[in-house]
Amino acid sequence: MGERTVEFEVLRYNPEKDAAPHFQRYSVKCREEWVVLDALNHIKESVDPTLSYRWSCHMAVCGSCGMMVNGEPKLACKSFLRDYPGLIRVEPLRHFPVERDLVTVIDDFVAKLARVKPFLIPQPGAAQAGTGEYAQTPAQLKRYKQFTLCINCMLCYAACPEYGLIPEYIGPAVIALGHRWNEDSRDGGRAQRQEELAATNGVWDCSFVGACSEVCPEHVDPAAAIQQVKIKSTIDWYTEHLMPWLNK
Amino acid sequence: MAEQVGRRPHVRPITSEWIFRHPRYLRYMVREFSCLFIGAWTLMLVCALGRLSEGPEAWGRFLEGLKSPWVVAFHVLALAFAAYHSFTWFQLTPKALPVQVGEKFLPDDVIAGAHFGAWAVLSLAILFFAGAF
Ligand code: SF4
Repeated sequence: MGERTVEFEVLRYNPEKDAAPHFQRYSVKCREEWVVLDALNHIKESVDPTLSYRWSCHMAVCGSCGMMVNGEPKLACKSFLRDYPGLIRVEPLRHFPVERDLVTVIDDFVAKLARVKPFLIPQPGAAQAGTGEYAQTPAQLKRYKQFTLCINCMLCYAACPEYGLIPEYIGPAVIALGHRWNEDSRDGGRAQRQEELAATNGVWDCSFVGACSEVCPEHVDPAAAIQQVKIKSTIDWYTEHLMPWLNK
Repeated sequence: MAEQVGRRPHVRPITSEWIFRHPRYLRYMVREFSCLFIGAWTLMLVCALGRLSEGPEAWGRFLEGLKSPWVVAFHVLALAFAAYHSFTWFQLTPKALPVQVGEKFLPDDVIAGAHFGAWAVLSLAILFFAGAF
């Protein structure tokens, strides 16, 4: 396997010393098959132990190593050096406050996720008599499966200009995860989730830029979830105001 | 014992630089920008109705005004923006309106294609009723 020297420009910020973040350059010998995360690990182990960043699984499952690589939100563990011939500029995920170096403050996302109740709120009567099991056909599973693949990496938030401009917007992944449970045949919590999803700072802050789906490493397609929630919420509004007799 | 580290999260300012960060944002802004042209054209249509209600003379002057190169140029631009908006919009329809048949979703091309087909049929119908054929 070949080796080459790669130039990195990494955003550094030490809250105790720096007034503002600045870029630091590292020139490191990297193996051709490495990903950006390997290079960061190498820098931390052999060049500069003060560099801070989050990572865990190194296999695009944990969602911890999201960062901006040459201006695009990427998982560092999925960004192969061979795809970046020149200088590689690594920054913390955009739109989130920088805690230190490449580590961001993610409290906003976590709080918003809790608001849409991303868990099963059982549909009364959905459990099978006797066994208490919640049976589901493959077709019913298929309906929402794609939205279960979210790894909470927040790349979609870094890509979304609406989230950058409107910090109150609950954002792509949270809507996709709320929609995931709404579409689940065993679930009966849609009315509760609509309070957040169908609100101004829910789907209606979205102007369908579509960037979230383009950058999502798991092909969740949050933009699709958002538009589907918009359509269903619009139908809700019309049935409630124009055809009230349909509401039992 | 671990030392207590002071927290002072740094918030980076948002500037309009994001529009040029990736072509997808520029494409989005062009799509949004198209509403100005479509809005202006609609206003012109309202004015046309006004002239029409004032009688044949006012209507004739209005039609004469449409021949100015500026108005022709505006129409070409408005048409281009409207076509761009419709085209990009129909391409996004598979996301908003997925159709599940059994355990599979219909391919995106089928859903977008159906919209493009309906668009063509409706446009032809309007042209037909407008006496274009
Ligand atoms: S929707 Fe995709 S980009 Fe957004 S948090 Fe989930 S996995 Fe990451």
